[in-house]
Amino acid sequence: MTNTHDIQFSKESMDRVEKLIQHYPAGKHKSALIPILHIAQAEFGGWLSPATMDYVASILKIQSIEVYEVASFYSMFNLEPVGNCLIEVCRTSSCWLCGAEDIIDHLEHKLGIQVGETTPDGMFTLKAVECLGSCGTAPMMQVGADYHENLTIDKVDNLLDQFRSENKKSRYC
Amino acid sequence: MSKKLLLKNDHIAGINTLPVYREHGGYTVLANTLKNLTPDAVVEEVKKSGLRGRGGAGFPTGMKWSFLAKPEGIPRYVVCNADESEPGTFKDRYLMERIPHLLVEGMILSSYALGANTAYIYIRGEYFYVSRILETAIEEAYKAGLLGKNILNSGYDLDLHVQVGAGAYICGEETALLESLEGKRGNPRIKPPFPAVAGLYGCPTVVNNVETIAAVVPILELGGDEYAKIGIGKSTGTKLISASGHINKPGVYEIELGLPVEEFIYSDQYCGGIRGGRKLKAVVAGGSSVPILPTELILKTANGEPRLMSYESLGDGGFATGTMLGSGGFIVMDEDTSIVKNLYTFSRFYHHESCGQCSPCREGTGWMERILKKILDGKGTLSDIDLLWDIQSKIEGKTICPLGEAAAWPVAAAIRHFRPEFEAYVTNPDSIKDIKHYYRLQN
Amino acid sequence: MLKVTIDDIPVEVPEGTTILQAARMIGGDIVPPAMCYHSKLKTSGGYCRTCIVKVEQGSAKDPRPMPKPVASCRTTVMDGMVVRNITSPENLEARAGVVEFLLLNHPLDCPVCDQAGECHLQDLSYENGKAETRYDFDKREYEPTDIGDKIKLHMNRCILCYRCVKVADQLTDGRCHGVINRGEAAEISTYIEKAIDNDFSGNMIDVCPVGALTDKTFRFKSRVWYTNPVDAHRNCDKCCGKVRLWNQGEEVLRVTARKDEFGEVMDNEDGSTAWICNECRYDKKNLSDWTIEGPAKINRHSVISANHYDTLKNIQKTTIKMMGSKPHGVKSELGAGPLDPNNQ
Repeated sequence: MTNTHDIQFSKESMDRVEKLIQHYPAGKHKSALIPILHIAQAEFGGWLSPATMDYVASILKIQSIEVYEVASFYSMFNLEPVGNCLIEVCRTSSCWLCGAEDIIDHLEHKLGIQVGETTPDGMFTLKAVECLGSCGTAPMMQVGADYHENLTIDKVDNLLDQFRSENKKSRYC
Repeated sequence: MSKKLLLKNDHIAGINTLPVYREHGGYTVLANTLKNLTPDAVVEEVKKSGLRGRGGAGFPTGMKWSFLAKPEGIPRYVVCNADESEPGTFKDRYLMERIPHLLVEGMILSSYALGANTAYIYIRGEYFYVSRILETAIEEAYKAGLLGKNILNSGYDLDLHVQVGAGAYICGEETALLESLEGKRGNPRIKPPFPAVAGLYGCPTVVNNVETIAAVVPILELGGDEYAKIGIGKSTGTKLISASGHINKPGVYEIELGLPVEEFIYSDQYCGGIRGGRKLKAVVAGGSSVPILPTELILKTANGEPRLMSYESLGDGGFATGTMLGSGGFIVMDEDTSIVKNLYTFSRFYHHESCGQCSPCREGTGWMERILKKILDGKGTLSDIDLLWDIQSKIEGKTICPLGEAAAWPVAAAIRHFRPEFEAYVTNPDSIKDIKHYYRLQN
Repeated sequence: MLKVTIDDIPVEVPEGTTILQAARMIGGDIVPPAMCYHSKLKTSGGYCRTCIVKVEQGSAKDPRPMPKPVASCRTTVMDGMVVRNITSPENLEARAGVVEFLLLNHPLDCPVCDQAGECHLQDLSYENGKAETRYDFDKREYEPTDIGDKIKLHMNRCILCYRCVKVADQLTDGRCHGVINRGEAAEISTYIEKAIDNDFSGNMIDVCPVGALTDKTFRFKSRVWYTNPVDAHRNCDKCCGKVRLWNQGEEVLRVTARKDEFGEVMDNEDGSTAWICNECRYDKKNLSDWTIEGPAKINRHSVISANHYDTLKNIQKTTIKMMGSKPHGVKSELGAGPLDPNNQ
C-alpha cells in the first residue's frame, strides 16, 4: 500500500461517494468503484496515480489490485499524467469519412506534438480515440468530458484559443 | 411510412423536463398501467407487440422477459444498456438527451412488469453529459412520486440509478455490462448461466437496450396488437436509425420498419442523398459489425426485390448477399471511398476494444489490424488477403462473446464483396489511385 | 444418469457433468486438451478455447446441433447429447486455429524454459500446431519480473489462463496480483512492485500450464526429465504435507504438489485438494525432511514422457522447425543447447 496520507477527497466529493454507495445493495459497494474512480481522477490531477488508486481501495475496503485491474481496463482512466486539456479526436469510420484525419493533422501541426504526446508547457495532451457515438455530427473531439462536434479547422482554432486564454483544465465529471 | 412513436415530440422545447413531458402525455401510460394492468399482463402486451431487441441482436423482447427466473425471496433487476458504442450508432444518445423521461417511464414500466424494485441505467462514460440529463430527469421523477416508494399510490416501489462506464465497447455485451456494474473489469461471462437466471449480483436480471425499453411506452399506449400492426411482418414497430457518412443529412431518424433502403438514402425526409451528388459505393447498414454491402446489394436483394429496412429484408440472402439491421447504425460511403481503409478503422476499433479474455479475439484482432495496415502501406501480398480470410474464420464462433463475430464479419464481408479492390492494393496500386484514404474537411 | 456420446463412444454420467469431465471418464485420445480449466479451481475454464468441441446433437429432447463449437470445460452434458472432438476434422481445424493464436506471441523459448517437458502448451503445439508461423510482425515482449522472492514471472510465455489469479483468490487471503490492461496488452502483474507473500502462493506455480510462473529455487537447476520424481510426505501444520520431490541423486531440486494425468493437483483422501504450503515447497529441500513413499507415476502423455524428444536427433533444429521461428535467447542455432539430451 502506497502512502495515502496526502490524498483525501473534498467534503463535496466524499458526500458524492457516500451517496453513490447507497445505490447498491448491502455488501455490493464495489459496484461504486468506477464512478468513484471518475471522481478521483477529476479531483486528483486528471489521472489515477497508484496512491490515488490505493486511496480508493481503502475507501471501498478492497484490495489495491482490484482497483488497478479495473482502472487499467477502461480507456477513460489515465494511468499517466496528462496535460490540463486532454483532447481526444475520434477516428473510427464515420469520423474518418468526414475528415477526422484532417483534424488530427491540424492539431498535431498547431500544437507541435504527435498523437499520444503532451505539449512541453503541459497544457495539451492529444489522443486519437475510437468511436464516441458522434457519427452523425462528425468529425468530433472530446475535451475532458465535453463533446465538440461538427468540427472545422476554424472551429478547432477557436477552441484552442479559448482554452489557452482561459487556461482551461478539462472537466472530467 | 413516417410513423413516429419514440421521437414524435423530440423537437418540442423543454421536452427533457418533467412538466413539458407531462403536458404532452408523459407518464399517463405509467399511471394507466399501474392502475389497470398486472405485471404479467404487461409482459403479455410486450409479447404481442413482437418487439425485438433494438441493441443489435434483435431477440424478441417478450420472450427474453418470459425467461426471467422468479425464485421466491431473491431480488430481480432490470438493467438498461445505454453503453451504445457500436461505431455508426448514436440513436440512444439522441433519445436520452432529448427525451430522458421516455426512458425513465419505460424503465418503470419494464421493472414493474418484471417485478424488480431496483433498476440501473448503465451508460457509457463518454456520454457523461447525458448521464447528467438522466440524473436530473430521475430526480424530477422521484420528487413527483414517479419513483421511490409507492409509485402513484400503486404500492409498487422502484429505485432507479444511473451508472457510468469508463470507456469499453465490450460493456455493451450484457454480461460484461453486469461485471462492470459490479465494479469489475468488463470481461463477458461464460454462459450459461444467462442473466435471466443469474445476472447482477447473481440474481435474475433482464438487460435491455435504451430504445427497447423506451418502446415499451408506446406499446402499452397502443396495446401490443396495435403496435404489431406497425412495420412489416416480424419486424414490428419503428426503429431509430443513426445515419452517418457521406450523406447530406446525417442524424437520427425514426422509421417504420419496412421502409425501402433506397427511399431512406435518397429521400429528403431522411438522408437526403449522397453528399455532393456523388454515387453510392457501399453501406454498412446496422453498425460496424454487420456485413458491408455494395450499392447493388443494399438497394436490392440478390433476387432483385427492393431491399427494405427490416430485420428480414436486410438479412435476405444470408451473409452471401445480405446483411443485418443490427443496431441501426447506417454508415454510407460514396464512390471514392477506400473500403480497405474503412475496414482498417473497424479492425483497429475491435483490436482496441477486445477485452483480452479469450485467445482467438485477443490475438486475432490485432493480427487482422496489422495485416490491413500492411496492405494499406503497399506492403501486402495476395496471400495476405487469404490469410485475413482465414483468420476471421478462425475467430468467428470460437470466442466467449459476440465480439469475435463483430470483429470477423466486417473483414469477411469486405473481402467477399470488394476483393478486387484488395487485390488492386497489392498488385496494381495505380489502378486505384482515385480511391480516397484521407478526407479533407468539408468547409 | 445422463447418456452422452463423445466421438462415437457412449458414456453415462451424473447430471452437472461437463463434456470435458465426461470425456475424461472415457479417457484416451478423445479427451480434449485443457489449458485454462483446472477442476480444483472454481470458475476456471472457458478462456483459452483449446477444449472446444462440436455438439452434433444438443440432447435427445432437442436434437438440434449447437450452432458454434462449445468450450467442453464449461458446457454441461444433456441426456442424449452427441459430441465430436477428434472425429470432426472441422473441430480439429478450429482447435489448430486456437493453438496458432496461443502461439502467435509466444517466444518459443522452450530450450531455456524450466517448464519444458511438463508444459501443456508444448504438448498442445506438438499435437495440434502447424510447422510454419504465419505471423510476420514483432511479438509482444516483456522483461521477466519477480513476483515475490520465490516466483519468476515470464509474461512472454503467459496465455492468460487466469489459474494463478484464481489460486490467489481462492487459496490465499488478500490477492495482490491480477490481470491488468486490456485486450492484447492484458498481462499478469502486481501493477506496482509488490511481493506476493502468503503461505499458499506457491501453488500458482503448480497450476501454471506454461512456463510463465516458475519456481526460482529450481530455476535452471536441471531439465525436468533429468530429475527423479518421488512422492513423499511430512507432518506439516499448514498443509497436507503430501508432495512430489524432484531429485537428482541425494539432492532435492524441487518440491511440487502431486498432479494427476491431466496436470491437475490431486485430491487428498478426504476429498480436499492437496495444495501445499510454501514451507514444504521452498524450505524443505533435504531428503531427511521427508518420508519417501516411492517413485511418482508420471502418466501424463506429455511430449517428454511419450518420448517424442528421445527419438529426435537434433532437438533445437526440430524445435525451430516445429515452432516456425528461432527461439528467443538461443545463440547458436544448431549447437548443443539445454534441450539437447546429450548436452547434460
